[in-house]
Amino acid sequence: MHEFSIVQSLLELLEEEATKYKAKRIARIEVVVGALSGVEPHLLEFAFNTFKEGTVAEGAEFLVRVEKLKVWCKDCEKEYEKEELNMLCPICGSLNTQIIGGQELLLKSIELECPDEA
Amino acid sequence: MCKECGCHVKNHQERSSKEEVNLFKRILEKNDYQAEENRRHFEEHGVFAINLMSSPGAGKTSLLEKTIDLLKDLKIGVIEGDLETDKDAQRIRAKGAPAVQITTGSACHLDAFMVHKGIHELPLEDLDLVFIENVGNLVCPASYDVGAHCNVVLLSVVEGDDKPEKYPVIFKKAQLMVITKIDLLPLTDFDLDRAITSARKINPHIDAIKLSSKTGEGIEDWLDYLRFKVKVYKKSLA
Ligand SMILES: Nc1nc2c(ncn2[C@@H]2O[C@H](COP(=O)(O)OP(=O)(O)OP(=O)(O)O)[C@@H](O)[C@H]2O)c(=O)[nH]1
Ligand SMILES: [Mg+2]
Ligand SMILES: [Zn+2]
Ligand SMILES: [Zn+2]
Repeated sequence: MHEFSIVQSLLELLEEEATKYKAKRIARIEVVVGALSGVEPHLLEFAFNTFKEGTVAEGAEFLVRVEKLKVWCKDCEKEYEKEELNMLCPICGSLNTQIIGGQELLLKSIELECPDEA
Repeated sequence: MCKECGCHVKNHQERSSKEEVNLFKRILEKNDYQAEENRRHFEEHGVFAINLMSSPGAGKTSLLEKTIDLLKDLKIGVIEGDLETDKDAQRIRAKGAPAVQITTGSACHLDAFMVHKGIHELPLEDLDLVFIENVGNLVCPASYDVGAHCNVVLLSVVEGDDKPEKYPVIFKKAQLMVITKIDLLPLTDFDLDRAITSARKINPHIDAIKLSSKTGEGIEDWLDYLRFKVKVYKKSLA
């Protein structure tokens, strides 16, 4: 299960961002997981909640947005969201398509708690 | 005394404010930077690198043994990734090629940092072609760029022709699929066309080669593919 390894990279990123913004804590994070990213969102959340203890993200809420696979059909000249993980155009059946979304694995945003400079 | 800051106000509420920051950062960006650096290392020495991926036992090491035996016009080195043991590296060394074993412990894939270590233990200046044999697994290796120039996925006929549909990510990441153990075709209901057609539904341009490391059938196609790739690569560097 590589989600554990991915969470280690995620926690490293969070520590760096917290340091950069002089934050005490991270209250919430939002990640984007493409349907064709090879990462299982539930396993990622499980791994995050397992490893966040003792880090700056200890109390952080984990939000995950799953991006569906999106293809551009060059024959229809239209974009479509796919349920199945293949590149077939759902309307004309063409394989003359291009993936335009659904492969990403991103840290989209974080909510930081910063001490007020009094 | 206030526990938080040591001031003498009894119920001091620590003041803080919340701030939302948009990042849109790739979670594996550090791995990706290292992968780029690995590619540069290879390029400095004119070495073409191939990442071999498959489920456990699909025949990666057997294919490498056969390749080292037959491809005498290219000098080959191997980085072996396994959870435990250096058996595969020993098999490669027994064929006379330099091999580095990376044991990943609990990680079910190689990442660019592990491969980087391996790179520095290989005599790159003497080599034309480096194979990175990934940990046997059809899921996890697909998420990690290891810094190769070409990803190859092996699928043995005993695993079933439905694997490209079930594991689309790894078939998407590969430039070539090698269908292995075709000597066993008569014993299975594996449909070669079905396997290739379904892989092309997720990766329309994926190349396909069918071979048996046991009987040698199809091996010539594989060797020609390697020769062609290395030639095009060396030209691109010149
Ligand atoms: N019949 C037949 N058996 C093969 C062929 N290629 C490999 N094998 C057998 O399949 C088994 C696994 O082969 P390996 O080459 O070790 O497979 P691998 O992918 O390197 O395995 P891991 O590194 O453990 O993931 C061995 O018993 C091989 O002898 C083939 O072309 N035909
Ligand atoms: Mg092996
Ligand atoms: Zn894994
Ligand atoms: Zn269409």
